[in-house]
Amino acid sequence: MADILGVPVQVLMGQLLIGLINGSFYAVLSLGLAVIFGLLNIVNFAHGAQYMLGAFAAWFLLNKLGINYWGALILAPLMVGAFGVVIERFLLRRLAGVDHLYGLLLTFGLALILEGTFVHTFGASGQPYAAPAQLTGGINLGFMFLPWYRAWVVAASLFVCLGTWLLIERTKFGAYLRAGTENPRLLQAFGVNVPLLITIAYGYGVALAAFAGVLAAPIFQVSPLMGSNLIIVVFAVVVIGGMGSIAGSILTGLAMGVVEGLTKVFWPEASATVIFVVMAIVLVLRPAGLFGKQA
Amino acid sequence: MTVPPIVSDVDRSVEELRIADLHGFYGESHVLHGIDLSVNRGELVTLLGRNGSGRTTTLRAIMGLLRQRTGSIMLKGRDVIKMQPHKIAHLGVGFCPEERGIFSSLNVEENLLLPPVVASGGMSLDEIYEMFPNLAERRTSQGTRLSGGEQQMLAMARILRTGADVLLLDEITEGLAPVIVQRLADVLTLLKSRGYTIVLVEQNFRFAAPLADRHYVLEHGHVVATVRSDELESKAHVFDEYLSV
Repeated sequence: MADILGVPVQVLMGQLLIGLINGSFYAVLSLGLAVIFGLLNIVNFAHGAQYMLGAFAAWFLLNKLGINYWGALILAPLMVGAFGVVIERFLLRRLAGVDHLYGLLLTFGLALILEGTFVHTFGASGQPYAAPAQLTGGINLGFMFLPWYRAWVVAASLFVCLGTWLLIERTKFGAYLRAGTENPRLLQAFGVNVPLLITIAYGYGVALAAFAGVLAAPIFQVSPLMGSNLIIVVFAVVVIGGMGSIAGSILTGLAMGVVEGLTKVFWPEASATVIFVVMAIVLVLRPAGLFGKQA
Repeated sequence: MTVPPIVSDVDRSVEELRIADLHGFYGESHVLHGIDLSVNRGELVTLLGRNGSGRTTTLRAIMGLLRQRTGSIMLKGRDVIKMQPHKIAHLGVGFCPEERGIFSSLNVEENLLLPPVVASGGMSLDEIYEMFPNLAERRTSQGTRLSGGEQQMLAMARILRTGADVLLLDEITEGLAPVIVQRLADVLTLLKSRGYTIVLVEQNFRFAAPLADRHYVLEHGHVVATVRSDELESKAHVFDEYLSV
């Protein structure tokens, strides 16, 4: 088998695939953060915990109610999204108009409470969650083995990202979201129920996190701290892409996953930090992010 | 003007807007000190005054955009002092803000179609494009790439689509070329002939004088004078006193 730059093709492709999968999670999670930040001006630090809730919801649905993966893929985001709606309606709404920092503190505290409660109840170690029977196994592509479930994760993530992008850029509802991001008061003066729009946006962003959590359950274990490990990297991705940019968060998420995967091949020691190095460089050269509007 | 004026048969004795003892606050500062005014259906009244006299704040208070306000604002028979802006809009009010408020992430047509329809009887998109042909040509341009005059046309046009028949217009001629100002005067004349009720905040007295039925002159958050259109000459001293810089 041929080598590329002294690296066996299997190794390179394997890491590219892992990068693409991680990138899919980064994309869905940073997309949710972007939707929330756009309309609420809140950096949702509870996003990682909500991703974890999605995975746990899938685990509960399977083990307590006997609802399989496919049902969980729909139900878990709805349940966790509804939880997000309650959070917005009764907590975050009270912070409208005050400094960003309060929203950050509230959501960070919320994440600590959620994760602490789950650690207390289930312990820090993970619960296994099997991939659905339809997606076990894989295919030998000649240069690498592609597990079906991993291919599904990438496809499902891209589908949801594309759908969200179309919703925001090509529909009337999306026009409300975009206008509400720019000037919510004026949009409300035109007769749009902006408080409701904000609640929906938060619920949707949270549901996206939960969706990623369900996708992640069979790959990583379902554990209380699965989100806190991931979310720091996702925040770096959001900073690189530009706060609030929809297309930017999707593309940056995928790209950073791939960059991370390739770094594992060529300089493994740097793979855990490469995204933060990219973030630092972007902050110096384009402080508003690659896709953000320069202030 | 290519759109033929429709002579409407609105009942001009109906009070569309009545403001009584309106006080408004921005945080600690008290900016409106008991405004009283009323506007009948089909009337065009102006709010004149120097910068900081409270004209824009009065419009924002009517629209519910000024959060701290007390007193009474009766719009079409409903007291809206405690109402949220989106509910007020659905009573049939269209608002054109001073900064125009064109959304940069929306193209011209999306901007035009953005405000929800609040009542029947609004203009169709075709009718609007006929009235403002420039907007038709640039319908796919980003909203904020338009010239200042075109942005103002767009800000006006988008509230005509919604069926709102009470229009609150803030400084619509500010910074525009005379030819555009004339065009806006034609538009307002047409809207008046169709029975729209219009509250116009203006700096440009020469623009407002021939259009308005009445002028309210504001100073330091008070209404200091009311001048009917037939009193312009006899009360000219009012304008000298309160409007000259």
